[in-house]
Amino acid sequence: MPETVAVVVNGKRVAVPAGATVAVAIAVAGEFCRKSVTGEPRTALCGMGICFECRAIVNGRPHCRSCQIVCQPGMDVRTDE
Amino acid sequence: MSKDAQFDVLVIGGGPAGLAAAVMAAECGRRVGIVEDNAALGGQIWRGEAQTAGSAAQNWAERMNAAGVELRCSTRVFHQPQAGALLCETPGGVCELQYSQLVIATGARERFLPFPGWTLPNVMGAGGLQAMVKSGLAIAGKRVVVAGSGPLLIAVAAYLRQHGAVVPFVCEQASWSSLARFGLSLLGQSGKLAEALRFRRQLQGVQFAAGSWVVEAKGKDVLEEVVISRGGKRQNIACDYLACGFHLAPNVELAAFLGCNININDGCVLVDDLQRTSVRGVFCAGEPTGIGGLELSLVEGKIAGFAAAAREVPRPLFAERSRMRRFAHRLNVAFALRPELKKLAQPETIVCRCEDVTCGRLSQHTTWREAKLHSRCGMGPCQGRICGPAAEFLFGWKPDSVRPPIFPVAFESLARISEAQHEPVGPV
Repeated sequence: MPETVAVVVNGKRVAVPAGATVAVAIAVAGEFCRKSVTGEPRTALCGMGICFECRAIVNGRPHCRSCQIVCQPGMDVRTDE
Repeated sequence: MSKDAQFDVLVIGGGPAGLAAAVMAAECGRRVGIVEDNAALGGQIWRGEAQTAGSAAQNWAERMNAAGVELRCSTRVFHQPQAGALLCETPGGVCELQYSQLVIATGARERFLPFPGWTLPNVMGAGGLQAMVKSGLAIAGKRVVVAGSGPLLIAVAAYLRQHGAVVPFVCEQASWSSLARFGLSLLGQSGKLAEALRFRRQLQGVQFAAGSWVVEAKGKDVLEEVVISRGGKRQNIACDYLACGFHLAPNVELAAFLGCNININDGCVLVDDLQRTSVRGVFCAGEPTGIGGLELSLVEGKIAGFAAAAREVPRPLFAERSRMRRFAHRLNVAFALRPELKKLAQPETIVCRCEDVTCGRLSQHTTWREAKLHSRCGMGPCQGRICGPAAEFLFGWKPDSVRPPIFPVAFESLARISEAQHEPVGPV
């Protein structure tokens, strides 16, 4: 069993492999990352910090590129900012 | 704000080109720093590999450490307050890094083209999905259609299969004849040919179609199936993910912002024999000077590293670079985009994902600038990094000038710009 890290996505506790990014935790939680300006659900597109589609609120900080942030135990992630 | 560090040679980007440049310059005795936007070293191609024992990435990382290179990850450049200094945003706040010589090794991103349904969740870049899997996304048992163009598709399909994905189809838009010509050209390069054959073995059982592309992605809230065009016929394929990218676009924003001359035809940074840009003291290596892959990035990085350290460049590197550039040229010709792809986006298809600007709205304008001013296209957080290359392909629009901040940053960081500009800078 690989080591896992537990984070909270929209109030839901999810476990991800150690080293996983917040974008992965959002996907594991079955959530979308953000709503577009016309209300479409969006998830990560580029996976490398360019497209900003994976923006989320991480530990209260808005507009974080979730694909660039590695999950830390107990991190609080909110989507649909 | 502290003048956090001063370097003889500062390298922007910790991929193969940046690593090679940093190691060479540091081994020549210079004080060298690397700024990397990602949480770890290696760039996209070596994502997560610096910990893999015996890997090329680890070897370079070890040499980097041994040579005393200072690595700053999760750090991104957003402004140049004056020549010889860059402002960067980090998780802990803003830092100002000063340099005598700068090496820009900012790599490339995937080129995305809009088609109906491309904004659906689980439609990702080919490299994008691979990056997510490398970052911990479980892909075993998922059905993934890999599509678009370029050698990356094959590598991604092989990688996803190794991790348990079911890949029913790989769609390459380039024609069989174009690929065949390219394949023949590999006969002169045993290393490249071996790599191609290895991927071929790993893809046994996967349907690979040239002259094939995705015309639509469908699904209610998330992707459920794709419609592909193959030999003039349409076919629906059910899948969980679509990994779709159309080769690469160079990341030239920093170079353009610093005033480096850009080739108007291919959008790449112009460099001389020593990888020097048109701006004194600023070098560029790797994908921003022309999409050419790992080996070319390494050799360009080495040359830039020696040159930035004001040391003589070993002559064999120039011959190696010429050989790699010829290969890169053949590759870019082979995977040139076919005009049919311009017809995929419908009037209601979104082109700019940040501001949800449709193709129909863009087509009312005649230049990128005019489209930006009237529709907000390219003015969201990605600053046109995704829709810019798409609009260039669809409408032939050339990118605009780059203005600071060259990456969206927090208000607190923006406030530091005026502060940094008013402080006198000591000798570098």
